[in-house]
Amino acid sequence: MKNRTKLPILYLGLVLALMYVPILVVILYSFNESKISSVWGGFSLQWYARLFRDRAMFEALRNTLVLGGASCAAAGVVGTLGAFGMTKARLRGQGAVEYLSALPMMVPEIILGMVFMAFFSLIGLPFGMGTLVLAHTAFCIPYVFMLVKARLVGMDPSLAEAAQDLGAPPVRVFFDVTLPLTAPAIASGMLLAFAMSIDDVIISVFVTGVDVNTLPIKIYTQLKTGVTPEVNALCTLMFLATLAVCLLAAFLARERKAKE
Amino acid sequence: MKAKARQKKGWAWLTVLPLYAFTLLFILGPLIYMVVLSFLTREEVWGVRLEFTLDNYAGIFEPVYLRTFGESLKLAFLSTGLVVAIGYPFGYFMAKLTAHWKKRVMLLLMIPFWTSSLLRLYGWIIIFRAGGVFDQLLMALRITSEPLKLLYTYPAVVVGMVYALLPFMILSVYSSAEKLDFSLVEAARDLGASPLKAFLTVSLKLTLPGLLSGLVLTFVPSMGLFFIADILGGNKVVLVGNLIQEQLMKARNWPFAAALSIALLLLTTVFLWLSRRLSKEPS
Repeated sequence: MKNRTKLPILYLGLVLALMYVPILVVILYSFNESKISSVWGGFSLQWYARLFRDRAMFEALRNTLVLGGASCAAAGVVGTLGAFGMTKARLRGQGAVEYLSALPMMVPEIILGMVFMAFFSLIGLPFGMGTLVLAHTAFCIPYVFMLVKARLVGMDPSLAEAAQDLGAPPVRVFFDVTLPLTAPAIASGMLLAFAMSIDDVIISVFVTGVDVNTLPIKIYTQLKTGVTPEVNALCTLMFLATLAVCLLAAFLARERKAKE
Repeated sequence: MKAKARQKKGWAWLTVLPLYAFTLLFILGPLIYMVVLSFLTREEVWGVRLEFTLDNYAGIFEPVYLRTFGESLKLAFLSTGLVVAIGYPFGYFMAKLTAHWKKRVMLLLMIPFWTSSLLRLYGWIIIFRAGGVFDQLLMALRITSEPLKLLYTYPAVVVGMVYALLPFMILSVYSSAEKLDFSLVEAARDLGASPLKAFLTVSLKLTLPGLLSGLVLTFVPSMGLFFIADILGGNKVVLVGNLIQEQLMKARNWPFAAALSIALLLLTTVFLWLSRRLSKEPS
């Protein structure tokens, strides 16, 4: 008969708990009165106050969001269009292009950073937000492309055919039938791309300009040189945002399941 | 008929044009440039000379650089091994849960997964710092009497790597184990096989695809995740990634950095290819 030991559950619980320990530590110390992380000086919200007065931090946040938005939008357009074209018709060289476009996902980030930096230097592009967007779009495209392509390949062609049989021109078929059905895949691809972009450190460090800072870069340099608990406060807020998004996604998934 | 097909192709070319253009310009172009760069000579103060040389590749074989590659491989293997040891049971046990609990555990897993990697890394710094949480805990439990100073040591880096890569392995194994029909395992047990034998012959074989894709998802990044070694290891742990960054930024030896990158790329490609060969092996 089936073994009903507690071992599996204990194991799962232990590993999960360990996963949250570093996160909880960061959150806990964001309320620390003392500046030195290891000494608890009492409960305080001063670091949050400092955070809200920090102009440089807000600028970095703005850059990060703009960068993420621009990259996921660009990747969304290029990747979706590309996936559509490649599934509808057999075009010359599409296998090679598909492989190449997915390379950024399979290559260690340090190499990507190096390659982009060298290339942008070569063609004389000034380093800054522009180069950041280009580099981020490059590694965001595969996420959108693969998800949309998978959706298109698995989609029932008879729906589009039925619309055409009823007399709709190709453009209408696209907008009224194909696009709504592919929309979830496009959305998840773009969301994934956005998440990858706002967490990126290595590539950003290589292709950014002197005065353009993103949040990950800022946190990274602080972690290396010397941290103030202000970063803890920032991290706590970031974590709350992530938590909210995850819970929202889970809730939406449950809603969609209920409707089906 | 033919006109319609040609018109279809025309539209298709229009839609893929951005992708083609972008890929050729910003992915193929840089790659070709990197290969070319690795064969050029470095100019004294700045830039490169258009002089063909194999020195950059020869330079890789110097003991100090070979050792760096060795260190990266060692760390990658160690981290991957630990990730398998911890992650495989997790994915397997998770697949055995009821549907209700599966969703809960998945959510609990997703939250750290989506949390910024830097944030989680920072948590380990606080924990490992001399006199930090870990030290305080050990001293409170009277296991040690002095701070262990685990930050900037090799074990700290390993912990950081394993921690960062674990979710990928868990998700891979889980997606494979979830499709596993556990009644097969019970059948094997009913036929008299010991739990271990049943696991090895049934479960392991059927979850092998998940395990192998997890290996790829773990091993390849572990060769390049140098910023974990950078932050948790300080200057004591030098990996290929650190080396490339150093050559690019400080030594300004771009050709050498390019050669190192290509070497790293070849190494990871070999492992990728190997794992794909292994996964196609008939059982």
